[in-house]
Amino acid sequence: MFIINCPYCGERDQSEFSCGGEAHIERPKQPTELSDDQWAEYLFMRKNIKGIQFERWNHAHGCRKWFNVVRDTSNDKIHAVYKMGERPPLK
Amino acid sequence: MKNKYSIFSLIKNALSNHENWQRAWRDPEPKKEYDAIIVGGGGHGLATAYYLAKKHGMTNIAVVEKGWIGGGNTGRNTTIIRSNYLWDASAGLYDHALKIWENLSQELNYNVMFSQRGVMNLAHNLQDVRDLKRRTHANRLNGIDAVWLNTEEVKKFCPIINTSPNIRYPVLGGTLQRRAGTARHDAVAWGYARGADAMGVDIIQNCEVKGIKRNGDRVDGIETNKGFIKTKKIGVVAAGHSSVIANMAGIKLPLESKPLQALVSEPVKPIIDTVVMSNAVHAYVSQSDKGELVIGAGTDAYVSYTQRGSHDVIEGTLKAILELYPIFSRMKMLRQWGGIVDICPDASPIISKTNIKGLYFNCGWGTGGFKATPGSGDLFAHTIANDEPHKLNAAFNLNRFVSGDLVDEHGAAAVAH
Repeated sequence: MFIINCPYCGERDQSEFSCGGEAHIERPKQPTELSDDQWAEYLFMRKNIKGIQFERWNHAHGCRKWFNVVRDTSNDKIHAVYKMGERPPLK
Repeated sequence: MKNKYSIFSLIKNALSNHENWQRAWRDPEPKKEYDAIIVGGGGHGLATAYYLAKKHGMTNIAVVEKGWIGGGNTGRNTTIIRSNYLWDASAGLYDHALKIWENLSQELNYNVMFSQRGVMNLAHNLQDVRDLKRRTHANRLNGIDAVWLNTEEVKKFCPIINTSPNIRYPVLGGTLQRRAGTARHDAVAWGYARGADAMGVDIIQNCEVKGIKRNGDRVDGIETNKGFIKTKKIGVVAAGHSSVIANMAGIKLPLESKPLQALVSEPVKPIIDTVVMSNAVHAYVSQSDKGELVIGAGTDAYVSYTQRGSHDVIEGTLKAILELYPIFSRMKMLRQWGGIVDICPDASPIISKTNIKGLYFNCGWGTGGFKATPGSGDLFAHTIANDEPHKLNAAFNLNRFVSGDLVDEHGAAAVAH
């Protein structure tokens, strides 16, 4: 339960958003050449970090735009918000 | 040797004002080396240690727990026990546990207050009806007791349910597993701890794992806040913190950790003598022996380790509870809490070896691990002792995420489980 500063709409309650999970997981460029291990890594394996995590959020009940959030999962404090395509802020 | 708990020990200790009870387990300092170390002193971890000692003769082992035993999800769940899962692999796993539950108090000489009061799952729409009927058939083919109840039979079994056809989520029927029920969750941890300790297992509390030392492709020991402990076998049963431990060993798991909430009401006289779950509206309720309503809510839909959970989640759950049970509208809620659950993409657990020799994981139980505690411990102990899975947990290996052979219980066992 926290406030998210949507880069398009400003501060809104977290319940307006949906979380898209870990950010910066790159879609395979050559899917046909992937081994089963690489598919498993892409589809299922997650860092699931306790601490600073980079993740995707969608303002589902607002502007419906996707963006990235840097959040500390050990206390839900948000450190940065940045738009899709922007360089992630350094840790 | 521990004193056996009995009516006579109760009378004897009553005469001395209960001041002379023996400690239920020791409080040892860690040795330099163990044959195996279990990371995590919850129900599953303590059960694993118990069965390692009892069935596999491994008594030179330790359980390390960063807090106090049973202080994590073992003491935070809603104590529901059932085995009516859809797929054969899950049915085998959970019914194995249920069969152990049925004699657990006698075996441990510790009253875990296992109560087979039945678990009823409600259907609120046509798809629910089809899914639950299919599950009932699948259960019966696997030898698990399950019956389908129509709306009148639901009302008869639990009269306080609002079965009006005019509510938002009308009750169109439900399934009932009569062998299912509840148990006292703390007692499960304490009973296993006492049993394991009596066989020589060291239970080391306030001992946090800081690192896993590897020697090439095998484990060498654990770094803790109480120093380095050498061992050749590490069984990690760390629930929501499994990924944190995996990270120390340099491996990734297919898990996401999320807060799951529960809450209890003020105590009242007996009003609901069974467990009712509703997956569609994400609410389940039972009544504890103290008289509190025990209400389970859903998970927050994002990774968090905060053990709190969001208000809107319990608000949604309580709305559903009040529509289904209008009689609870004046009840006051006493306490609310969260536990961190590790959820697998297929909502089934992992009881498995890893690519690192001597490192085993028992995780991914997500929102429904309590019911499996005895079976999980038994099968994980087998896996650690033999370095091979038991046939009942063979399907729950880590490699299924590579092979694609998932045990997909997400839709089948429903979200709340």
